[in-house]
Amino acid sequence: MPKGSDIFLQNVSKIVVFIILAFALYLFFTGHVSPGGGFIAGLTSAGALLLLALAFDIDTVRKVLPVDFKLVMALGLLIALCTGTGAFFFGEPFLKHAFGYFHLPLLGKTELHTALIFDLGVYLAVVGVTMTILITIGEDS
Amino acid sequence: MSPLHFLTLSPFLLAAVLPLLGKMAPRLHKGWVAAVWSAILFMTLIGYSAEIQAGSPINESLAWIPSLGISFTLYLDGLSLLFALLITGMGTLVSIYSIGYMNAAENSLNRFYVCLLIFMGAMLGLVLSDNLLTLYGFWELTSVTSFLLIGYNHAKQRSRYGALKSLLITMTGGLGLLSGFILLYIMSGTYTIRELFEAGAPLASHPLFLPAMLLILFGAFTKSAQYPFHIWLPDAMEAPTPVSAYLHSATMVKAGLYLVARMSPIFAGAPEWFWIVSLGGLITLLYGSVTAVKQTDLKGILAYSTISQLGLIMCLLGLSSLTGLMEGEERLLYAAAGTAALFHLLNHAVFKGSLFMIAGIVDHETGTRDIRKLGGLAQVMPIAFTISLFGALSMAGLPPFGGFLSKEMFLEAVIEPLHAGVFRLETWGVLFPIIAWIASVFTFVYSALLVARTFLGPRKKELQHSKIHDAPFLMTFPPALLGVLALVLGLFPSLAAYSLIAPAVEAMMPIITASGERLSPDIKLWHGFTPALWMTIGVVAAGTLLTLTARKWTRVYTFFPSKFSISGFYDVSLNFFERLTFRVTSLYMNGSSRSYIKYILGFMLLVLGFILFNSADITFRVGAYAQIAPYEWLILLGLAAAALAVPFTKSRPVAIILTGTVGYLMTLMFVFLRAPDLALTQMVVESISVTLYLLCFYHLPKLRTEQRAVRFQLPNFLVAVAVGILMTLIALAVLGTNPFEPVSDYYVRESYESAGGKNIVNVILVDFRGFDTMLEIMVLGVASLGIYNMIKLRRKATDVGSRQVMHEGEFAEEDAAEMRKSQYGYDGPEADFNEQAEEETAESDSPAKGGEENA
Repeated sequence: MPKGSDIFLQNVSKIVVFIILAFALYLFFTGHVSPGGGFIAGLTSAGALLLLALAFDIDTVRKVLPVDFKLVMALGLLIALCTGTGAFFFGEPFLKHAFGYFHLPLLGKTELHTALIFDLGVYLAVVGVTMTILITIGEDS
Repeated sequence: MSPLHFLTLSPFLLAAVLPLLGKMAPRLHKGWVAAVWSAILFMTLIGYSAEIQAGSPINESLAWIPSLGISFTLYLDGLSLLFALLITGMGTLVSIYSIGYMNAAENSLNRFYVCLLIFMGAMLGLVLSDNLLTLYGFWELTSVTSFLLIGYNHAKQRSRYGALKSLLITMTGGLGLLSGFILLYIMSGTYTIRELFEAGAPLASHPLFLPAMLLILFGAFTKSAQYPFHIWLPDAMEAPTPVSAYLHSATMVKAGLYLVARMSPIFAGAPEWFWIVSLGGLITLLYGSVTAVKQTDLKGILAYSTISQLGLIMCLLGLSSLTGLMEGEERLLYAAAGTAALFHLLNHAVFKGSLFMIAGIVDHETGTRDIRKLGGLAQVMPIAFTISLFGALSMAGLPPFGGFLSKEMFLEAVIEPLHAGVFRLETWGVLFPIIAWIASVFTFVYSALLVARTFLGPRKKELQHSKIHDAPFLMTFPPALLGVLALVLGLFPSLAAYSLIAPAVEAMMPIITASGERLSPDIKLWHGFTPALWMTIGVVAAGTLLTLTARKWTRVYTFFPSKFSISGFYDVSLNFFERLTFRVTSLYMNGSSRSYIKYILGFMLLVLGFILFNSADITFRVGAYAQIAPYEWLILLGLAAAALAVPFTKSRPVAIILTGTVGYLMTLMFVFLRAPDLALTQMVVESISVTLYLLCFYHLPKLRTEQRAVRFQLPNFLVAVAVGILMTLIALAVLGTNPFEPVSDYYVRESYESAGGKNIVNVILVDFRGFDTMLEIMVLGVASLGIYNMIKLRRKATDVGSRQVMHEGEFAEEDAAEMRKSQYGYDGPEADFNEQAEEETAESDSPAKGGEENA
């Protein structure tokens, strides 16, 4: 990537990135009842980081988020796998989910679902995969 | 989750946290963790033994994929207990030994112990599984960990060669095993071993009975290194010695024996089973013992000796399969073969474990394992000498060691078939005692040579100046304990016979307990002048004679050229197939993604077109379309225009943006068609892929330079048009044909009621088809790592592990030469020729390498 010098793009994206990330967060949590879910939320988050990379450059992204995205991917896979095997501890078959409705402070009646943990795994895996590919290709010059 | 499940899975959990543990306590040798944990497991299993001895096996089940009849069922009976104790007991001793053996300064010790622990867990799972598919899974896992451990020193060509060889052979056997299991399932409708036992007689008359048996035996024979699949075991000796002692003599190679014992209630009684198992074992026994004598590497002798001893046990298992055909007293005589098999299995683990550890100690102290360079070590290493004497005497089958007893029982068992009166044994049965006796003589010879050439005689010059002494306590203790155990098993065999062997034999032959008889596992040190004892006396006499004259007659071996060995055949065929696949792959993997897309689409055309025009009731419905609003016309026109413009554009960014336009317009269509999930996904995917393309194309050369090469290509055009037509037809067919009840109602109802979600798409993704999603993200992960590797870790031709691909796609000659050397264990008859060839290639290589680097 050539060093970006577009001041408009840079300033706008500084704000927009957070809006996109917030939207991704919304997509993630709302996934079970309305359009969204871990996969889309993951791609959206990656899109936000991608915007950052386009407006500035890959090095900036690495500085802002100094994590190894390969590990993020691995962590996501591990979480997904653990939610699957976790069912064993309750004498249930692999990947059997459980859910219930609880009254939480501030939120009121809320549904809590183990599928959300699985979805978190999907989310992290997608972010990790996309960013690994992007950074690898982008840095190779 | 039952305690038994936790016991089986705990090594895996420990393996997962071991690297973290290493960070918290960097000075702790990880061997302690493995040793302590396997000792705990051993103790726990001992705790079960009283229950098992009383005849009440433990059965714990856990649903895994209930819809496919796959459950994670563990079943602990006498047979599994014997193996589980062997696995954890040897695991403890080997871990303690490895603390002294493996250098703690190496930071890669994590890898070693993680693999070792995973292996231990897999092995426990293998012997405890009651479900064929979980058994198969653990079976393959042991192959994989064995591969990783043999290739532990991956910088060495011979390690890699040995690791690959063992993987290829045991995995091929594993696939055979899986096919056999599936055939069993087709025959009986169950994957559960217990239920298979109950299926009984109808199985034997099924036409698939024989194929299933052959496939399962194929798996067992490859794993247990039976002739002619034994060739991987000698090369597996490249592994660190603790691994050889643990995997390749005490536990993993016995998995095949376990499987034969476990499956014998199903197959025993069939003549094919009897002949293949007993004769296969007998041939392996003879071949292994005869070949062991010519080895010069300490571990080489032990490897061939292991092959031969495994053959001995296999042969006994085959003989014991006659039990079911006999009645009363006769039956118990054949059951004794089963007792002998399992008793020898225990003895073998004990004496071979100690001998392997001694070989490791000798290697550590002197720096060589070549018996031609060793000798006279008894003066400086008295403890190691004593232990190896114990082990070797037990191996040779001399009193008062455990090996003597099981060898006597073996000799008795091979005489028995003469009187069996089935399978025409009265004529061919005479082979058994003869071959067994000859093999025993050679066993005596290599045992004697092993000790004599290492510890007795004059000490070589190189060994006189160096400071050679007995190994430290941690390395001496495990083999010493095993040596003592070899003696104890000989003097007090009842210690193991009643608590371990008898329940195991009863588990192996349920027919005995079913008929109300009890096995009397009386093993006595002295049982009079039986034919077996006379045979042993003969073995000692002939063996002593042959040992003393060994230097004269071992020259016989040089008459057999190794070129025609089975291992040579393996090398030649592997080489041939590598070249063949390289050629075949080069035919279509030409590096042009345009061709790949052509293949994919062409294949799709064939398959979908075939199905479309060969299915019975498919009607194309034309005319009854929904109203298309004017703005939708606009979008569709834009879509088509953008798509058509792509081939005609001259610059890449424009092409990318045009494809992006197609995608975004598609998104808009999804919005109008009220598919918010699709729209959302399409939009995000489109944004990211456009950016990715831009990133990639930034590195590509300008399009103009390629301009000349691109011209109108009729095949591509035809494929493109045909795909378009086919998709249109499919869309029309979908409108007209509706043979099934739509599945959507089910999902609408169930996703709220049983999965608690309102968004059907997401509920399907994470819940109904969660398995798919999990595997998909795994594929994604693997793909991203693949991209990372391709770009970041571009390997040079000179790197470790990379095949040096020459200009004609040939492999470097020096690799092949080294391979040949490793396979023979000595320089080989062609050594001179090889060296010459190596020099030549080295000269001719250098310009080629230089050329590659410049390019």
